[in-house]
Amino acid sequence: MNLNATIIGQSITFFFFVWFCMKFIWPLVGAAMRERQETIAAGLRASEEADQKLALAASNAEEELTTAKAEASAIIEQARARASQMVEEAKTEARGEGERLVEAAKAEIEQEVNRAKESLRAQVAELVVTGAERIIEDSVDADKHDAMLKKLAAEL
Amino acid sequence: MSSETKTTSDYIQHHLTNLTYGQHPDGHWGFAHSAAEVAEMGFWSINVDSMLWSIGLGLLFALVFRRAAVHATSGVPSGLQNMVEMIVEFIEDTTSSIFHYKNDLIAPLAMTIFVWVFLMNAMDLVPVDWLPELAVALGVSHMKVVPSTDPNITMAMALSVFALILYYSIKQKGPVGFIKELTLHPFPSIFAIPVNFLLEFVSLIAKPLSLGLRLFGNMYAGEMIFILIALMFGGGIVYALFGGVLQWVWAVFHVLVITLQAFIFAVLTVVYLAQAHDTEEH
Repeated sequence: MNLNATIIGQSITFFFFVWFCMKFIWPLVGAAMRERQETIAAGLRASEEADQKLALAASNAEEELTTAKAEASAIIEQARARASQMVEEAKTEARGEGERLVEAAKAEIEQEVNRAKESLRAQVAELVVTGAERIIEDSVDADKHDAMLKKLAAEL
Repeated sequence: MSSETKTTSDYIQHHLTNLTYGQHPDGHWGFAHSAAEVAEMGFWSINVDSMLWSIGLGLLFALVFRRAAVHATSGVPSGLQNMVEMIVEFIEDTTSSIFHYKNDLIAPLAMTIFVWVFLMNAMDLVPVDWLPELAVALGVSHMKVVPSTDPNITMAMALSVFALILYYSIKQKGPVGFIKELTLHPFPSIFAIPVNFLLEFVSLIAKPLSLGLRLFGNMYAGEMIFILIALMFGGGIVYALFGGVLQWVWAVFHVLVITLQAFIFAVLTVVYLAQAHDTEEH
């Protein structure tokens, strides 16, 4: 074991490599590692946020769905009410129309009856006159007895 | 053993001798060819093999990690980036649990020490004869491939850490505060200054010594055992097979040792520097 100038050479070499490591290796690797740490941390944070957002969206969707359901049932209810109302209206109208038609038919029938009665009365009066003429042979002056004949026809 | 003419002690000696460049006693510069020649060269010589392997492995660390750092993305990391990030995170966890002050040097320092010392130690797992024999084949007389078995290397790093300890002690506490710490602890009395100084100075000096010599001792011993096991390969088929098994077992155990020693060196550096930053009385 003999010490010689190697000790000086090695000391210089030592400080050179320590300096090189401090300047050109350590900061770069350290920076990359810190950057990756931050990236991972940010990623974890983002995924947590996304989870929260997802939960929020799910609860929102449920709420929306409930509202929509309520709205839909309200609309259906309304439509049903309107429909029954329309049916009711239609029934009323139909009933009115029917009654009106019946009334009109009755009136016409009555008219017809009256007209028939009228015509019958006239014919009967004529027949009576004719019959009476035949019976009494010209003794009956149509003009004279017209009033009486009319009275007679009205009584029939 | 590499050749029949070599004796066992020659073989061991060859493995334990650095490729040293320096001035021979007769005045000319060149490589030493034996341990004795290395000793004659004195302080102003340099272990070329230790320096080359140390710098080469340091460059391997720097370039591989630099590549990962440049391509580092904050997206999904791929193979190399993953490995580098694991080491960075490991070092960051370790330093932040020991060192509670703001200092941008500490973590990169710990990582450089950990990875670099680990790589240097890992050279111990290359079978002991491969690279030295290759070097001999290429005409290079000696080649010690594990830089951390060279006390120059380990003590250089320990003393560099010691320099940082002194720098931060004085920077954080001021020269007066540092001297006070050396003289007025553990007995806060003016009469106890010599005793205090002796105690504190010894504990201060013990830091780089223990740091450097622990790594050196562990790696040197491990290398020694690999060399001794390798000797068995020259002793016939039975010895060679037994040696092969032993080498495998020791290598598996050594994987633990090299990692642990690299980690201990890095952690103790951080601990010592944390102590240098401690300003409160203790």
